[in-house]
Amino acid sequence: MALPGARARGWAAAAKIAQRRRHAEGARGSSSRAPPSSRAALYVHWPYCEKRCSYCNFNKYIPRGVEEAAMRSCLVTEAQTLLRLSGVRRVESVFFGGGTPSLASPSTVAAVLEAVDQAAHLPADSEVTLEANPTSAPRARLAAFGAAGVNRLSIGLQSLDDTELQLLGRTHSARDALQTLAEARRLFPGRVSVDLMLGLPAQQVGPWLGQLRTLLGCCDDHLSLYQLTLERGTALFTQVQWGTLPAPDPELAAEMYQEGRAMLREAGFRQYEVSNFARNGALSTHNWTYWQCGQYLGIGPGAHGRFVPQGAGGHTREARIQTLEPDNWMKEVMLFGHGTRRRIPLGQLELLEEVLAMGLRTDVGITHQHWQQFEPQLSLWDVFRSSREVKAQLAQGLLLLDHRGLRCSWEGLAVLDSLLLTLLPRLQEAWQQRTPSPVQGG
Amino acid sequence: MWTPVSRGRWHGRALTVWATAAAHRGLLEPRRTPSRGAAAKSRTLDRLYSSADRKEKIDMSRFSVENTRNFSIIAHVDHGKSTLADRLLELTGTIDKTKNNKQVLDKLQVERERGITVKAQTASLFYNCDGKQYLLNLIDTPGHVDFSYEVSRSLSACQGVLLVVDANEGIQAQTVANFFLAFEAQLSVIPVINKIDLKNADPARVEKQIEKVFDIPSDECIKISAKLGTNIERVLQAVIERIPPPKVHRKNPLKALVFDSTFDQYRGVIANVALFDGVVSKGDKIISAYTKKTYEVNEVGVLNPNEQPTHKLYAGQVGYLIAGMKDVTEAQIGDTLYLHKQPVEPLPGFKSAKPMVFAGMYPIDQSEYNNLKSAVEKLTINDSSVTVHRDSSLALGAGWRLGFLGLLHMEVFNQRLEQEYNASVILTTPTVPYKAVLSSAKLIKEYREKEITIINPAQFPDKSKVTEYLEPVILGTIITPDEYTGKVMMLCQARRAVQKNMMYIDQNRVMLKYLFPLNEIVVDFYDSLKSLSSGYASFDYEDAGYQTAELVKMDILLNGNHVEELVTIVHNVKAYRKNVLAKCYGGDITRKMKLLKRQAEGKKKLRKIGNIEVPKDAFIKVLRTQPDK
Repeated sequence: MALPGARARGWAAAAKIAQRRRHAEGARGSSSRAPPSSRAALYVHWPYCEKRCSYCNFNKYIPRGVEEAAMRSCLVTEAQTLLRLSGVRRVESVFFGGGTPSLASPSTVAAVLEAVDQAAHLPADSEVTLEANPTSAPRARLAAFGAAGVNRLSIGLQSLDDTELQLLGRTHSARDALQTLAEARRLFPGRVSVDLMLGLPAQQVGPWLGQLRTLLGCCDDHLSLYQLTLERGTALFTQVQWGTLPAPDPELAAEMYQEGRAMLREAGFRQYEVSNFARNGALSTHNWTYWQCGQYLGIGPGAHGRFVPQGAGGHTREARIQTLEPDNWMKEVMLFGHGTRRRIPLGQLELLEEVLAMGLRTDVGITHQHWQQFEPQLSLWDVFRSSREVKAQLAQGLLLLDHRGLRCSWEGLAVLDSLLLTLLPRLQEAWQQRTPSPVQGG
Repeated sequence: MWTPVSRGRWHGRALTVWATAAAHRGLLEPRRTPSRGAAAKSRTLDRLYSSADRKEKIDMSRFSVENTRNFSIIAHVDHGKSTLADRLLELTGTIDKTKNNKQVLDKLQVERERGITVKAQTASLFYNCDGKQYLLNLIDTPGHVDFSYEVSRSLSACQGVLLVVDANEGIQAQTVANFFLAFEAQLSVIPVINKIDLKNADPARVEKQIEKVFDIPSDECIKISAKLGTNIERVLQAVIERIPPPKVHRKNPLKALVFDSTFDQYRGVIANVALFDGVVSKGDKIISAYTKKTYEVNEVGVLNPNEQPTHKLYAGQVGYLIAGMKDVTEAQIGDTLYLHKQPVEPLPGFKSAKPMVFAGMYPIDQSEYNNLKSAVEKLTINDSSVTVHRDSSLALGAGWRLGFLGLLHMEVFNQRLEQEYNASVILTTPTVPYKAVLSSAKLIKEYREKEITIINPAQFPDKSKVTEYLEPVILGTIITPDEYTGKVMMLCQARRAVQKNMMYIDQNRVMLKYLFPLNEIVVDFYDSLKSLSSGYASFDYEDAGYQTAELVKMDILLNGNHVEELVTIVHNVKAYRKNVLAKCYGGDITRKMKLLKRQAEGKKKLRKIGNIEVPKDAFIKVLRTQPDK
């Protein structure tokens, strides 16, 4: 399929506009006045990889040959179908994840964006992110993705140590990573993020901080730090289980995390989420939607989404999961227009639990205003004010509950999961004890 | 395995400086020094100067294969195995008779309470008989089935055993278990009835038991008193007459079996070897069949029971070898060593020890985590049969899930942690390794196999994703005076056991065989048995594989107290950092919420006690005090 010329140029221009625009207000507010139910973020899953990474348990496949034309047409079809079902009129961000979406053709990316803009509206300043793996000759390809409409890159750099990269089963070297980062910054200034992993087997705090320092010298305005999670079914898990590799030390990982976030704070980065850091307001609006429990559609094999299928007359938010295996997914898309395998309606309490657990991952936490959008009757004060255990967390300075809302302190953010073990049961309890609200009169 | 204990006793490795061990050791070694402290010090010095510098080397070539015997002593606890070993060593001049090698209660508290012995020792005895110089290698075995793995590997270097039975108590459960191990290894068995000097001794009755249970003619029994030294010469003569010499050849290329190994911080790994073929001497280049690594031999020698260097070791002989191996994993037990450029067919080796009892271990205070970690690492350096998985618990913070060969093994480990490292730990209720046959394709993909082993009950896959659960079973042997038979049978039934056999071994003693689910005996069974039989019943068991577990039972088990920890204290916030660090985007939300809710649910279940002081022996107490189910 030929690149849709005029449209692609249009996208390139739009990307430039987006690059110049800074999200001065942060990612919090939405520039749109449209009601929340008519807006959504879109996640596109590209399920293929060149090679299996030793730590990854995502839904990905090493293909013998990808029928890209078929894949492309299915992604387009599914995007159209789900946009119709959801009744979404405006797509505020698109994220191409995987797998390794940078292995897809730029024309596929362009086709999906084109379809989205036709089926709904994709404003010119929407954030369009592509996950890209470092390569030895990145320039031409990255430029082509830019021309296709991508305006933000998330680079899976993972480490700046070749031995560690080998351990992780990555195909790139530290040199490739730095070169790709430099090229990406030239093409997408202020719109490049890098991932750095911590807590690898045998990794030590000092050398890891050295990597972070090197990265600070050449990175753009966005960084994600995350700890290696050993997932069952991965090569790394097996190696650790058989004792051929030492188990990662959680104490060291915790130290890396603490020292790392302190170093980033020093360098002017805002830790706006548990594992995400940005300066100059370069927050990722797409991911922000997840943590604020906004609507998102997921297309592609195994993609997840959460939205109200308003276009189909639904009123309940649903968690949706697409069929995992690419071949089956494609068959279903060709037959039914979409490959949705499961639809799980979310109850009000479940939704509130997500609002709580996801919202507290961010530095602003849950504002009263935000909470009210989901639950007008039972306020944050009502839920948490009287709990003895919550009071203890407030007194320890891990948690803050004030006129702005509920949020973690800097210290609290690092131990959020254990705070949630108190907060979630408290929410459940308050929900069960609430006085049934009188039926709202019209 | 328990080599640190036994080495402490026999060789006094500098590694093991442990108050209790100091009291134990020295029995079978020359008492050169007046006080314990000085003894430990002098032994440390021994390590600094190679023993080769101090002693004249023995020429082992004068012991032909025909004049070599390799044997073990096996016995139920307190039937006199160690005393007999003392006498044999004295009689052969291995240790000095005038030093009064009296059998003292050289046992751990836990051994006395549980009625078991944990040790593995080797000594070469030089003995003149009918004008011939004999080399008799006594390869000792630990006395309990937890250690049957070690028993079988010791036996693999032997051609015969002395089966010691108390003339008063007669055959006990452990006697039976040990006999069958030797029988299966096709060894010559010499029954020895000990303690004939006792007032209530009834050797004739014991002879009949031996005939009935083991099918050994009563005239083959040797009646002795190890304490008084009565008839000991006859034992040595029987060893020479009834046990065949090893079937080996000096002319063949070297083939040596590693049957034990220990770590010495000054000399590296000391491998105990039995030579099946060939010769080995200092300077030889040897290769491990297991790792294919090449080593140069620095020292060879025999154990008497201290290491005594020799010029060479010859086929059929048993001794030690030091060859620059840095770590016990390099001297894999069961490995075959051969000469460079002269490869041989490796010996069959051993099944690796399978942990059968698991428990969570946590520091009482999380700030003690690193100290405890280093203590666990030090203890496991010489005991590769303990498996260690890092674990974290909602209530107890960061810790480990440890796998042991059996209950005794676990208790000894815990006791050593406390005594040698002054570490206070919380151990959770012991559990056994279950298996699940998966039906969910997704899970099979994750685990990469259809049948999985679950060592932590909290990680059980859901019933809907499983075809069947399997649980480990053991074949238990109980020997009891017949007046308690009824009570014993009721106890066994209450523990879901199935009777396999019952026989009178004499007029008033019964031997019962039951198939037990292992999880029914890991807590408190032994104590219940002892208390209902006023201490007269003995119990021993052997591994009997897996059987289908009833799902209903499994539900009770999972919803019952086995899932959560035994002792709960307020959790330490620090332990959960790692969950937070994981990234969380759109696709992860469902999973994340599930995990959080499950943890929150678990936390609700735990009763908060506050910052309680957990007693050091909480675990051992629980083993005793938990009421019968």
